[in-house]
Amino acid sequence: MAIAREAEPVGSLHEIREAGLDREDLLAIYRNMLITRGIEERGHILYKQGKIPGSFYTGRGNEASSVGVATAMGQEDVGTPLHRDMGVHVTRGVEPWRIFAQYMGREDGPTRGRDGNVHMADSRLGLLAMVSHLPAMLPVAVGCALAFRIREEKRVAVAWFGEGASARGDAHEGMNLAGVRRLPVVFICDNNHWAYSTPTHLEYACETLADRAQAYGFEGVVVDGTDVLAVYREAKRAIEKAREGGGPTLIESMTLRMEGHAVHDDAFYVPKEMFEEWAKRDPLERFRTWLRENAEFTDSEEEEIRGEVKKLLNDAIKRAEESPVPDGSTLLDGVFATPEDLDTPHHK
Amino acid sequence: MAEKTYLQAISDGLRQEMRRDKRVFVIGEDVGVYGGAFKVTQGFQEEFGPWRVIDAPLAETAIVGGCTGAAIMGMRPVAEMQFADFVSCAWDHLVTVAAKQRYRAGTPVPIVVRCPSGGGFSGGPFHSQNPESSFAHIPGLKVVCPATPEDAKGLIVSAIEDPNPVLYFEHKHLYRRIKADVPDERYTIPFGDARIHREGDDVTVVTWGAMVYTAAEAADKVAEEDGISTEIVDLRTIVPWDKAAVLASVEKTSKVIVLHEDTHTGGFGGEIAATIAEEAFEQLDAPVKRITAPDTPVPFAPTLEKAFLPQADDVVAGLREVAAY
Repeated sequence: MAIAREAEPVGSLHEIREAGLDREDLLAIYRNMLITRGIEERGHILYKQGKIPGSFYTGRGNEASSVGVATAMGQEDVGTPLHRDMGVHVTRGVEPWRIFAQYMGREDGPTRGRDGNVHMADSRLGLLAMVSHLPAMLPVAVGCALAFRIREEKRVAVAWFGEGASARGDAHEGMNLAGVRRLPVVFICDNNHWAYSTPTHLEYACETLADRAQAYGFEGVVVDGTDVLAVYREAKRAIEKAREGGGPTLIESMTLRMEGHAVHDDAFYVPKEMFEEWAKRDPLERFRTWLRENAEFTDSEEEEIRGEVKKLLNDAIKRAEESPVPDGSTLLDGVFATPEDLDTPHHK
Repeated sequence: MAEKTYLQAISDGLRQEMRRDKRVFVIGEDVGVYGGAFKVTQGFQEEFGPWRVIDAPLAETAIVGGCTGAAIMGMRPVAEMQFADFVSCAWDHLVTVAAKQRYRAGTPVPIVVRCPSGGGFSGGPFHSQNPESSFAHIPGLKVVCPATPEDAKGLIVSAIEDPNPVLYFEHKHLYRRIKADVPDERYTIPFGDARIHREGDDVTVVTWGAMVYTAAEAADKVAEEDGISTEIVDLRTIVPWDKAAVLASVEKTSKVIVLHEDTHTGGFGGEIAATIAEEAFEQLDAPVKRITAPDTPVPFAPTLEKAFLPQADDVVAGLREVAAY
């Protein structure tokens, strides 16, 4: 018997207005989801063309979850998105050409070629760069929330992890500290059912991961991660609750990783029926249908947005390809910070 | 200027920084109400309140990871590991996140992790270690090992001021045993600037932390009994370390012992010895000698621990051997 609350789907335009979004916001969400998927689809092609070194990871199937949560964040809030959360970077305003430059290891990527793929963040947009060791960023996000609490600022930190990462100690330590101190942090568990090739029944034995929230003394919610508005509404509730001193929330967002762990992996171990079932709930298609049924979304509007996104991505790839590759002579730069590096908005 | 113990000096430096800079806070196990296992933060919570002197759950990853997040948000956190040995639980975080964030993401992580280190009290395998060399190997971390009260205060201030993750190894055996005059006012001690603890002409001992005093005891003995003049170079910080000061002393004496309390293989002494071999080979009149703990866990029984820790007599024997070469 699950303990966590199960979130309701959002039924109408009226309901979502109550949750704080107008029609223009909804179109922006759709656009951000299209950009998110577009970046990853185009990145995959660039990877196959040999223009992206290393490996390539996508978050196909997770667009509603990442864009929905990021839309609920305030401008002064911060977050630690992971490798299935491209939609967070897009929604926070990281320009697509810089993301392509990051993929290609160029100077204009957020890590200037020092790190690859989605291991990036623009700190000016309130994002902290992830590491491969999931869920190492959970305690970091908790520390951001601790800083806000010490300074009595009404800001919130959002911490992402997956159901795979839920097995590691960092997740427990971070959530426990957050619960003990009732810190303004929201934990988002993107449960995409597969940790590389490992299915959920070999990852955890509880009914839902959101149930664990009770053990840490805060609320747990399970939400359909293919429903961007339901994700948004739950994230918004949790973020505003944290902002008002109500402590953390754990939101488990149910999705399916629609591709392999990375592009080298054909995901042969995922049952075909599972892909087929989840394909019916494709987050973009689902939201598009919702918009048409509930918000009078027209063909011409759709065409216009798609045209815009296509141009944005074409220009972005071109600009990224023009970005210089890092000069080998700069290898040693920046291992240690200098006092001038602390002259940032965050560190003042 | 007043006479202070090494422990009081750390405490004073930390308290002064917390009074001066509201961004500085302390987090660790039992640091608040109890004042820290060794009482370094005694009275702090009364003065600064429970949100700047934070009693944390028993969770080193959350403590150090939390410090990283707070630092990126503009704070200047000081974490206390109850014993340096427990920093192993935060190893992943320090090495994976804190050390690399500046290089790969451009985000400085100005945190200090205080690590009460070292043996001599039958603390056994988990309350006695000196894990500084394992962190010295990680690009992006700074490593500090003060030996005197004056340095203990100046280096804690410098560590807080530094824009990087700093591991501050405070030797437990010095806490109440070592007293000296410490300036009352705020001051810093630059990293990478060794201190000549004792001037001499015949043999150089390069060391840090509590071994400075072991070296000094040995130096007294060989001066009196053998007429050997020993120069003791206290590195004070091992990342960065003062290569120039070591090479200058080698040029003067032509004979070197590298002494540390950490175990032998992969200890930081190997790095110093290799550098001397690379850059001062022509100056040497004897092979570089290392005196260290052996490659074993730190044992509990006093007889075994005494055999484990480098003793003044071991250094005396080393000085005689090298001087006679």
